[in-house]
Formats: sequence, structure tokens, C-alpha cells
Amino acid sequence: MATSTQTREGGSAPQSRSAFRRSRGDGPFRYASTGAGVLLLVIMAAIAVFLIARAIPALQANTASFLTEKTWNANASEPKFGIGALAFGTVVSSFLALMIATPIAIGVALFISHYAPRRLASALGYVIDLLAAVPSVVYGLWGIIFLVPFMRGPSQFLNDYFGWIPIFGGDQVVGKSMLVGSLVLAIMILPIIAAISREVFLQAPKLQEEAALALGATRWEMIRMSVLPFGRPGVISAAMLGLGRAMGETIAVALIFPATFTISFEILSANGNSIAANIANGFGEANDIGRGALIASGLVLFIITLLVNMAARWVISRRKEYARVAA
Amino acid sequence: MSAVTPEIQRISGMRRFKDKGVQFLVYLAFAIAVVPLVSVLWLVVSNGLARFDMEFLTHSMRNIGARDAGGGAYHAIIGTLEQVALASLISVPIGLFTAIYLVEYGNNGRLKRYISFFVDIMTGVPSVVSGLFVLAFWILILGMPFSGWAGAMALSILMLPTVVRAAEEMLLLVPNDLREASYALGVPKWRTIAKVVLPTAFTGIVTGVMLAVARVAGETAPLLLTVFFTDSINNDPFNGPQMGLPLYVFDQAARPNDTAIDRAWAGALTLIVIIMLLNLAARLITYWRSPARKR
Repeated sequence: MATSTQTREGGSAPQSRSAFRRSRGDGPFRYASTGAGVLLLVIMAAIAVFLIARAIPALQANTASFLTEKTWNANASEPKFGIGALAFGTVVSSFLALMIATPIAIGVALFISHYAPRRLASALGYVIDLLAAVPSVVYGLWGIIFLVPFMRGPSQFLNDYFGWIPIFGGDQVVGKSMLVGSLVLAIMILPIIAAISREVFLQAPKLQEEAALALGATRWEMIRMSVLPFGRPGVISAAMLGLGRAMGETIAVALIFPATFTISFEILSANGNSIAANIANGFGEANDIGRGALIASGLVLFIITLLVNMAARWVISRRKEYARVAA
Repeated sequence: MSAVTPEIQRISGMRRFKDKGVQFLVYLAFAIAVVPLVSVLWLVVSNGLARFDMEFLTHSMRNIGARDAGGGAYHAIIGTLEQVALASLISVPIGLFTAIYLVEYGNNGRLKRYISFFVDIMTGVPSVVSGLFVLAFWILILGMPFSGWAGAMALSILMLPTVVRAAEEMLLLVPNDLREASYALGVPKWRTIAKVVLPTAFTGIVTGVMLAVARVAGETAPLLLTVFFTDSINNDPFNGPQMGLPLYVFDQAARPNDTAIDRAWAGALTLIVIIMLLNLAARLITYWRSPARKR
């Protein structure tokens, strides 16, 4: 708006005028707001710096390779720990959650943007948003008390009849499995994927949609031809944001995962742990080196989620049409 | 839009089948998404009511043995309210000024683009990482004790991006005519922002802050690392371990006996009631007094 006033005045007036404004106290206000913005950048940098500062002593005391070691004995007199199994569990459970949540989230987004009656749409969208309002710890409680016993039967069924597929294999099916943890993660990331996809679908060009319908396309053909191609990058980045969130999710999986240190794709057996869950479970009894080790694993988590989020934002920001889509 | 399928030529059976099939799948997806919500809310309410009584709301867990019934979450409720209030106290001014910078002073410069990008990135910072940061910086390096204040700092990092985005959105809704009218009267820019722009956007910003509060009120992981546990009432958020409601639920849920599980459900119910009230209030404020409606 500064430019519009300047063009109206023209000539040399803006110079003296901005000086006049500044003399009346604009300076402190401008500095405060700029400072707040810069502070935000400083906080992000500080997170990385302080995590590194506390991780280094623990990493130096480590007697195993931090990146490949599977076990976590950070509190021993000869600390031996690594994120091998934890990183594996984090990545596998998050991708599993993503594979469960994304199709449903796309369906939900399409339902709200193109299928539900106009008047109900925003209310139904709010219902889905409520899923995100339920705290993580409540999902964890619900998971161990309700979902773990509830999933025993279906898990056994999968193991009995589909055990020949490697991920459903294994000799012993347990209640607190990676599958149940991933299911809870899927429920928790569904709202964010659905919300962003919905925004993107709603911005699909109306003229194209109407043109498709006018040419005799059915509703599905219209969606496939005009809405989905337009929305694809948005859905991809929504899924990536969901992935980042699933990786960082802590308390629910800390309660549900069996917290073993194994690397195995058998999602029904007693496998499954994640970096975040290990931090929550291990913090209570951690000594000084142990805390440093947990911070080191947190640093890895921070870097992974940072990269995933940056990639997601980059995909969104490449498209100008998505300018007003924010999480 | 749905009524526009013209009857010029009959739609072939396969196309109709696909259309109806997809419609069924889309409805099914929505139904599947609602099932866990209903299940969670139902179980929390039905199991939580068993212990949701006056004793629960007015007593702490002090001198309650591992297997004893009774006890309550008073210390956790106090802790959560104090921590969330402190977190808002930190993040609202910073977030508001950042939003003012982005909307009023940024001028599309490089700094503005960096800040805007990192606000987005910050929404993705895992809650446990913000807790680890405060643990590393405040407790391990500066040697401060576990306290509610440390938890509030961790929560404020999680609140900040939500507050910035909400405030930015509301500031952008303020019509430019208002600003220009104010400049035309010779009002300096900062007074225009303080007296014209902010009051116009006020209700929207309050809504955004309440939603941000609702979001962090349920966070457990950062509290676990910074507030630690206590079974006693600690009214001083700057001194010594406190409790928080999410932490209380986590603590009780991990204990393997029924009385503890009952307390965990009651704690979850209290937490959800607080969060839903905040959400509801925020929605009602938007509904009644959003600047978009007034225009």
C-alpha cells in the first residue's frame, strides 16, 4: 500500500513523508516487528545448534557406530547405542501410516469438496478437523485399551491366511504391534492430509469442471480429468506433510509400540519402535550420556522432518495457484 | 453441479458403474474417517465418567499408593492452565509482531520470504524436538531445574507458527481502504496498525490464538522432557517439577492396574472437555464477529 500512496503523491513527497512517520514513533514498532520475525529464524537455528551441542559429548562417548548400531545401551558405563533400528521403525511405521491414510484422506477431501451437499460441507469438514483436535496421548490411551485387544483377531487372521506375504509373516502375533501403531498414526495424520487436499481440490478451475460436465462427462470423469490433475502436486505435498507429522509423533506410539530393537518387516510380530517413542520411553531413566544420546537421536529426527517438510513446501510453493493454501 | 448431467445420450453402463462406484468409495472413505473419532469420543466419555467427580477435580495424587483408588488431577489441571497461559504469554506477542512484519513491513523482500518459509517449516517441528531443545538449552546447558516455565517455552515454540499464520491471515483480511484512509488523515504507520488494523482483525486473532492454545494443550512429549512428573500440587510454574493433564494421562495409562486406567480416562475426558471448549469458543467468535462477515 506504500507504493499506491507514493504514486498518488508523486515526486519528492514520499521521502520527507516517511521521515515524518518515523519521527512519530514508527521506528520502534518497525524494529519490534522485524525483530520478532528474526527471532523466529533464530529459534529455528538455536534448535539445531543446542541439539548438536548436547549430542556431541554423547556421540564421542559412544563405542558403537551411531548410524548403524541397532541396540540402545546409552546408560551403560561403556555406552553403546545407535539409531539403526529406531530409524528403521520410524520410517517403516510412518510410510505404513501414510499408505493407510492417504487414500482415505483423498476420499474425504473429494467428499467434502465435490460430493457432500454444499450446506453440510463445511460442517463435515469441521468433523474431520476434530480428529486433529484429539490429543496424541488420548489416541495412545485409546490405542492400548481398545485398539490393541480389538486388532488381535484381525492380526491373527492376516497372519493365518496371508502369512505368505512377508510383512504379515512371523511365528507369533502380538497385540502391541507395528501395525496397530501405524493405524493410530494414520488416524492422526489423516486430518492434515484431508484438509490440504480439500483446499487444493476446491481451487480446481471451475470453468474446466463445468466444461467437462457440459461435454457429458460423469462426475467421476470430470474429477479425473480436471480436479485430480490440478490437485496432484497439492496432494503429494499434503502426504509429505503427513509423513513428517507421523515421524515426529511421540506419545501415542510410545504407549503402543512394543519398543524392541529389531529390524524386521514383520509388522504383526513384536517389532516396532521409533526415534520419538524411544525418547519418551527412555528419558525417565537416562543419565547424562543417556540424555545426550536421546538428544542426538532427536537431532536426526529433526533433520529428517525438516527435509521432508521443506520438500513438501517446495512442491506447494512451485504452483502459484496454491498461494493461499497453508496448513 | 450434480444436477447438470444432460440426457442427450444415455450414459453407457460401464461409465455409470464407475461413476457410482467412485461415489460409493468416496462416501465410504468419509464414513471410515469418522469411525475412529466416534470410537475415541465414546470410549473417553463412557470410561471417563466413572472417575470424573469432585474428588478427581479437587485432589492431587499425593499419598496415593500404586494400587489405591481415589486421587485426582487437580495438580495436573493447575499445571496445564499455568503452562498454557505462560506459553501464550511468550508466543502471542512474538507471533503477532511477526505477522505484522509479514503483512505490513515485509514489502516482499528476501527476509520476508525466509521468515514466511520458516514459519511453514516450524509447523512441522515434531513436538518432542521442541522439548529436547528446551531440555538441552535451558536445563542441561543453563542448569535450570525442571519447571512449568521450561514446559511453557517448549509449548510456545509449537504455538508460534499457528499464531503467526492465523494473525497473518486476519491482517490480510483488513481492507486496504482502511489503512489508506488513516494515512490520508496523517496518522503514522505504527498508529495506523495499532489503532486501525489490529482492532479490525482483533476477533480473528483471538480465535487463532485459542485454536493454537487448544493445539498445544494436549501436547505431552515436550512436557515429559521439561516439566517432569510430580504427584503433589505445585502452584509455582518457575520452581520445581509440575504436572500437566496430558502428562497425567500418560503417567496413569502406563500403570498396569484398573484404578490408574480409570484415572487416565477421567484425565483424558477433562483434557478433551478443555480442548473442545476452547475450539467451540473460537468457532463461535468467528461465527459471530469475523471481519469477513462484516464486510
